[in-house]
Formats: sequence, C-alpha cells, structure tokens
Amino acid sequence: MSASGKQGEKQGGEQLVIKGLHVAVEGQEILKGVDLTIGRGEVHALMGPNGSGKSTLGYAIMGHPSYEVTAGSIELVAADGTRHNVLEMEPDERARAGVFLAFQRPMSIPGVRVADFLRHSVTNVRNPDRKEGQELIPMREFRDELKKKMADLSMDTEFARRYVNDGFSGGEMKRAEILQLAMLRPKFAILDETDSGLDADAVRLASESIARIGGAEMGILIITHHEQLLEHNIPLQTHVMLGGRIVESGGPELAAELHKKGYERIRAAYPDAAAAEKAMEESRTSEPVSA
Amino acid sequence: MTPATATPAATPVTATTFDRDALEHLLAASAMPAWVGDRRRAAFESLQTLALPNRRNENWMRTDLRLFKPQAWGLSPRPAAGSVAPEGLLADAIASGAATADSVFDDSAHSVADTSLAGRLVSLDGHVLREDLDPALAKRGVLFGAAENVLAEHGDTLKAHWFSVIDSQCDWFAALHAAFHRASAVLYVPAGVKLAEPLHVMSAIGDGGVDTSHVLVVLGEGAEATLLTETAGGGAAGKTAGGFHCGGTEIVVGRGAFLRMVNLQNWNTGVWHFARQKAVVHENGRLQWTLGALGSRVSQVAQDVALVGRNATAQVNGVMFTEGRQHLVYNTLQHHEAASCKSDLLYKGALQDRSRLVWRGMIKVDKAAQKTDGYQRNDNLMLSNEARADSIPGLEIEADDVRCTHGATSGRVDAEQIFYAQARGLTADEAARLVVAGFFQQVFDRITILPVREALARAIGSRIRRVS
Repeated sequence: MSASGKQGEKQGGEQLVIKGLHVAVEGQEILKGVDLTIGRGEVHALMGPNGSGKSTLGYAIMGHPSYEVTAGSIELVAADGTRHNVLEMEPDERARAGVFLAFQRPMSIPGVRVADFLRHSVTNVRNPDRKEGQELIPMREFRDELKKKMADLSMDTEFARRYVNDGFSGGEMKRAEILQLAMLRPKFAILDETDSGLDADAVRLASESIARIGGAEMGILIITHHEQLLEHNIPLQTHVMLGGRIVESGGPELAAELHKKGYERIRAAYPDAAAAEKAMEESRTSEPVSA
Repeated sequence: MTPATATPAATPVTATTFDRDALEHLLAASAMPAWVGDRRRAAFESLQTLALPNRRNENWMRTDLRLFKPQAWGLSPRPAAGSVAPEGLLADAIASGAATADSVFDDSAHSVADTSLAGRLVSLDGHVLREDLDPALAKRGVLFGAAENVLAEHGDTLKAHWFSVIDSQCDWFAALHAAFHRASAVLYVPAGVKLAEPLHVMSAIGDGGVDTSHVLVVLGEGAEATLLTETAGGGAAGKTAGGFHCGGTEIVVGRGAFLRMVNLQNWNTGVWHFARQKAVVHENGRLQWTLGALGSRVSQVAQDVALVGRNATAQVNGVMFTEGRQHLVYNTLQHHEAASCKSDLLYKGALQDRSRLVWRGMIKVDKAAQKTDGYQRNDNLMLSNEARADSIPGLEIEADDVRCTHGATSGRVDAEQIFYAQARGLTADEAARLVVAGFFQQVFDRITILPVREALARAIGSRIRRVS
C-alpha cells in the first residue's frame, strides 16, 4: 500500500493537492516527500508519533516563514481544473484563497479583542481583493453572525470581548480556533490537535461542532493522536506519518488500530521511515516544539 | 533626587535674541497687569545667570543638547495675514464625531458630550489667531482664552496661580519660558461649574517658528472640565529650519474638582521641544492627565503631579510613538504630600527606526502622606533593532504605611503573532498595526475621551510602516 496510491485526482471537485513535499526547518529536513490530496467535502485524518512531521505539514501548507519548502508542490485545484500554486502565496493570501490552519498552540495578541480580530479576518477572507484601509464588513451584520455562531458552539458572548488567546486556558484556545473556523468557513482546514487539552466532553462537543461546520463544503485534515475527534467526522482516509512521510493510508479502522495499539506495527512494516524517525530524533538537538 | 536647581558652574548662555530689548518690547506690547511683567523680569534676571542644562544633571543626562544652539532662536514675527494653523488631530476627531466606537462591542467609558468644542484658542508662531468660548459658559463665570486678555480683566482671580505652580528658575529653559511666554492660554472654571464639552488649545508654528506658550488651568471646588491642548507644525528633520518650543503648563485642581487634561505633542520632526508641566491636586480632587507624543526632534518634558490634599487622585497616561532619529525624554514625578492619595502612572511607547525614548519616573512620598497608593509603569514595544528605550523607575518614601509599586517592560512584535494573524487573512502590515494597537489598548482603555483615543490610535497606525 503506497502513501497516496488509492487517491488519484478526482475530476470536477476542488482539491488541495500536495506532491513530493520536502520541508526543512533551520536546515534540517523534516518532511521527506509527502503526497496528499484532499477534496472539498472530504475528511482525512493524519496520525503519527510525535515528531513525525504532522504539524510541519500544517505550517508548510499555511506558509510559516520558518518552514522552507525545498522540493515538491502544494496546489489548489479549482472545479474547472485551474491550478493555483500555493507556495507562491503569502500566508494571508492562502487564508484568503480558502486555506485554514487551526493552531495547536495559538498565539495571543494582547489588547486585541477576539471580535475585532475576527471582524478584520472575516472581512479579508470574504473580500480577497480588499485593500487595507477599506471598510470592514458592516458591524451589525458581523455582530449578529458572530453571536449566532457562538450560540451554536455554546460559547458565552462575553468571550468575544476578551483579548485574542490572552490568558486563555488550553480548552478556551481550542474553542476559539473552532469559532474562527466557523466564521471563516474555509475550503480546506487543517486542524492540528484541536482535541489536545480538552476533556472527553469537550472533545465530543468539538467533534460535533466540526462536523456541523464542515459539511459538504469543506475539506478537512484532522491531525490527532486519538479517535474521539473523528467520532462525528468519519475520515474518508486515515494517513499515518512516520519519519516525514505518509507511509500508509487506510479507513477509520486504521485510526482505531493506531489509537489502541500504537505505532509498532507501522515501524516494523516501514523500516526506512522508522530509521528516518530515529535519525531525526537523534539530530534534533533542540527540538522545535511543534515539529 | 537631585534638587531642582541649576548648577551655576557652567558659563551662562549669552548673545541670544532673547535679550533685554526683546523683553521690553514684549512688556510694552502687553496689556497684562504689572505683576505679570514683574514676574517676567525676575525670570529674565535668572536667565542671565543660567547655562544650558548639562549631563551632570540627572534629569538631563540622557538628553543630547549638543546641536541645540540658543543663539539660533528668537521670538517669531507675526505671521502674514491669512496664515492658518493646522486644525489638529484632536480638534478634527471631536469635530468629525469620530466617536464611532469602531469596536464590535461598544464598551467605551465616555460619558460626556465629546462631540463639539465649547471653546478654542489657536495660535501660530506665538501669535493668537483665534479665540472663542461658548457665551453660555462665559455667563457662568468660565474664563477661557488668550492669557493676554484674561489676565488683563481677571488678574486678581489668577494672580495666586500664574507661574506659581512650576519652578521658573530651575533651568535655562524654564527661565526663558517664564520671561518670554507668549500666546498663552488660561482656563478658569469657577466652583461648582461642570463643563460637558471639551475646550481645545492649538499652538502651532511654521517652519523655523518659535512657540513659548504657557497654559494655566484652574478648577474651583467641585468644578469639572476637559481641556485638550495640542502642538503641531514646524519643519521636518533634514533640510528645514525646524522649530523651537519652550513651554510650560500649570494645573490646579480644586477640592473635589475633576479635570481631564490631554497634551498632544505632534510637532514635525525638526522641532526642539522643552516643556515643564505640573499639576497640583487638592483634597478629593481628581485628575486624568494624558500625554501623547508623536513628534519633535528632541523632547525634554518634566511632568509633575503633586497630591496636596487628602484623597486626591491622579491618573497619568502616556502614549508615545517615535521614529526616525527622534529622541524623547520624560521625567515624571508623582509627589504624595498628603495622606490617602492615589497616583497611577502608565506610559506606553512604541519605537520605530533609530529612535530613542527615555522615561525616568519618581514616586515621592512625604512623611505626612500615610496610606499612599502609588503606582508607576512603563511598557515599550520595539519595532526595530536599532531603537532604544530606557525605563528608570524610582521610589523615595518617607512614610511607613504606603503601597508603592512600579514596573517596566520592553518587548518586540513577535513574528509568530504576525504569522498567526496572517493565517487568518490579515496582511503582515495589518497584523503589525493590530499588534501595536493591542499594545496601546491598555492605556487607551484608561482614556475616557473616545475621540482622543481614536485620534491617537489612528495617528499611530498610520506611522507604522513595517515591523523588522
């Protein structure tokens, strides 16, 4: 079973297509040839041991300046087959093109209210050609939508007055990321451990929320160590990353197996990737927290 | 602390056009009472003995005066007929009703009608161009306008305060100001009178202009007022004549009175700015004093607050943005002279390019000032690697039952914050502006005059070019 053998590019639907992606951080190669195609409306799960490169893939797709793409491609394919080179876009252009990353560790922006931040964000994403200084989306319209979305997520409106991720608990940060996902309604979303730091009830709520937000309109890549988040988001495919490559893809049963039994079978089945994992671990003198 | 007197050791400044002839000319042209002239003369005699402050004086040791040439400046001639002064950021903000509450949830604390001005005084190059006051307020005994006129008619009311709050002999600039002040403003609000609308003073100069304006504010018992003062104009750094401001501000907040005072220094970047400002707050009096600084080449500002009656409170806010090679120095003093007073100072600065910002703060608590609650804090945000900020807090406490704390931080805009905002669709520039706006939010939240907040936020936003 090859990494992307089962996928192939379907015709007619919008896709996020990653081919042969190599990514280095501070000169060290983390991703060593990743192939992955996500269609709009599809859910994919990405699992793998710590340090295998899952977050790196998320950052590379979003365009973090410290994550250097040394080979391969990331493209957005429109319904009519037009291809847009994501690697040539600034991170904000990617966001406006419909790409979203829910951060594993979101940054705080003290002094900037969640609501004001989101109003900027929503304005730009919905009007991709907006020039800075042009009007933001109308206050009333935005406020009504925000209140409704917060109610859907059982969030207190008071939350929107707080400063972005400033003093948030781990769970609050993750819920704020889901709120942003709901407001921005991207075409493709990468959710990087949106379940970490949440208790079982919160994970269930998150799982339901994501399913409701996603629907048929969104292609979602769920990076997780667990299977609970997938409860309401049955993945079309589960991918396993090891040593910077996707070594195996399968159905929901694969996620269940990995969650229950860990990665020993995978390591044994793909000795090259296991060796790469080991080498990366050893050369990682100061580990980038989110690799 | 160093006593506030000049060291006479150095050679006095000579051969300036701020000479006896200029003084006599000023006195002859003035309709002010004789005692005003006497105070000018006394200051002039001090001026003859003073040298420029030097770096042995703690308050001046971080101010570079090597390129300041006293001989280069003199009182400016009356500007040509038809000359106009800039409206000013604050006046504009009030006039345009900028209080649009551009926040998703409007939780602004402003409670007064900040939508029009109750009075205005405008001067250019030390000459008054315009003065007016809502006649309804004049009827209630409010005095506002050019000191020339107010002192001529109501000198007795103001004699006790005029140049009695600040020390006019502590250094060359203070003495120069006290001898040669011109186009000065007076606001007097009688006991019990509460002004809902702000008043505005604009002191402007043209390229190479000189402004020596003085501001005196006196609030009687239980009075309330909001005064916005603003400076603008002069030449920009580089090949212009620049400008010279040598000013002073005196504030007297009576028992139970409440003053909101805003000073916005928005000179162009070739202007030398020297200002000595002091407020005295009496029993149960409240002062909210906001300093905004965006301009000037070099600034040296002394901002003192004296709490002289029980339960007096002062909130001091500083909003500074520097760029290019600007060099701004602030020496603040919160002097607790009476018991149970509260002072709370928060200065926030953002520095771009090779600019430099210095804050040196002191909380001084007299023996009698038990139950003092004093706080001072200075936060700076560095927008370039070449900028430099110095924060030097200080405490001098003689009472034993007090709570005095201070803090200072210096930080940078974090590249990870920018990336996070970019990942949400904001451009890198928008993200930087947002992070800087957020940095100032804490001090903006304290300024209860919404148009002032918004004018400052907009002015700062427009200056941020990019974050390196």
